[in-house]
Amino acid sequence: MKRMLRGMVLPVGLLALWEFASHAGVVDPRILPSLELVAHTAVNQVMHEGLLGNLAASLARDMAGFCIGSFIGVAIGTALGLSLVADRLFMPSFNGLRQIAILAWIPLISIWFGVGESAKVVFIAAAALIPVVLNTREGMRAASTQLVEVARALTFTRWQLVTRLYLPSALPSIATGVHLGLIYAWVASIGSEYFMTVGPGIGGLIIAGRERFQMDLVILGILILGIVGFAINLGASAIEARLMRWKPG
Amino acid sequence: MARQGELRVEDVSKQFRVNGSELLVLDRVDLSVAPGEFLTIVGASGCGKSTLLRLIAGLDTDFRGGIALDGKRVTEPGLERGLVFQEPRLFPWLTVAQNVALGLLNAGLSKAAKRRAVLDHIALVGLTAFQDAYPHQLSGGMAQRVAIARGLVNRPGVLLLDEPLGALDALTRARLQDELQRIWAAERITMLLVTHDVEEAVYLGDRVVVMAPRPGRIAASFDVARPRPRDRTSAALAAVRSSVMTALEATIAAQVFDTPRGAPRPMAVARDFATAEGRV
Repeated sequence: MKRMLRGMVLPVGLLALWEFASHAGVVDPRILPSLELVAHTAVNQVMHEGLLGNLAASLARDMAGFCIGSFIGVAIGTALGLSLVADRLFMPSFNGLRQIAILAWIPLISIWFGVGESAKVVFIAAAALIPVVLNTREGMRAASTQLVEVARALTFTRWQLVTRLYLPSALPSIATGVHLGLIYAWVASIGSEYFMTVGPGIGGLIIAGRERFQMDLVILGILILGIVGFAINLGASAIEARLMRWKPG
Repeated sequence: MARQGELRVEDVSKQFRVNGSELLVLDRVDLSVAPGEFLTIVGASGCGKSTLLRLIAGLDTDFRGGIALDGKRVTEPGLERGLVFQEPRLFPWLTVAQNVALGLLNAGLSKAAKRRAVLDHIALVGLTAFQDAYPHQLSGGMAQRVAIARGLVNRPGVLLLDEPLGALDALTRARLQDELQRIWAAERITMLLVTHDVEEAVYLGDRVVVMAPRPGRIAASFDVARPRPRDRTSAALAAVRSSVMTALEATIAAQVFDTPRGAPRPMAVARDFATAEGRV
């Protein structure tokens, strides 16, 4: 509790400073609107401008891309982790491709997958995929050779070896990858709304704010991004802790 | 399936490739274990005793000679041969009961029969209160008892124990020796235990086999015709212990003065020991 309170000191202090700055005329309120104005805009957006619809659109896109990306990511990571041949064949190319900034793919993806929703989802899936593949592969490779020997002595089949030994032993690592994937997917969701065609979503909201020079709207959008990201992170940590009950400490 | 548990090791030799040259680890080992017998093998490190156990378990099938359990040739791992390692090697994400149940994964029993066998064997090692605990919540001795239950749950013909108590503290070790003796008496399963501890070998074995190192071979065999439960401090056991010790020391002494490559130089001997230690 005390630690949480300490963590609150900095944000509350910054908010106070912000409030002071916008009221004392230190900065132009058009550039840094006051807290009340942002709050007022928030209420107005929720009541009249369909903010919740925009939020739902962003979240739906995020989840669709994340689910596709992490599912394929676990499959690819498993294959790379378990098959030396697959690893030798594909890992160098994968390592090369992931050096390219994910945003650089946007023009290609837009052209290949059209201007609609599907291109955005593909982009988000690609962003989520990368950490999931890397961490799943790492987890598979770290499986204990001693336990593999136990499994052999107990006459496990190949399928049992994967489902009863490799997957569960890689689970902490997969969870780390999926957790990162979740964060990357949310960032990519907003990125797709910024850089691809305008549609409903929080990214669209922020762009609208910039075009109308409404900084209160921009700040509101940014605050929402932060809060949603924070909530996603919190939820993922809770699920992770529940899955890892068997871990010491 | 009725399991007798008669194990025969006939003329088994095994080579490893080390740095490009062939190294003989087991040289024509002959051994037979009677049904229900508790046989212990002692030897200095590098004598190939653990390797022999791995061959019997079917984990390594690249050897010459023959190994058969109840007349059936060993060509791969099988559930009729239970195996306990020096480390418990439990699956950390499974509870005690789930870990023991792994031993029955491919046993072809009904769910109810599996459940009953698992509970029975957890009770056998005295861990009923811990059946839902995870491995990290157990002490080293408890974890090793779970491993023993996992090795026994399928009612194997023979239980192979590869220095199972070697990593435990003296007190826990003595208690688990008594436990093993009690389990063996209750279950009458053939047991083959490998150890480097002469006291343990004599206390537990019906028969103690001494192996000599490089190449690993059987040097001597001692019957321990003492009734059970045994008294660790009895004079009769002490007498067997000292003969086993003498035989064991002879295998190590012979090693220093009688190398196959002619007159040994001290450096060469020291190096040989180093590689032997590192290998096993």
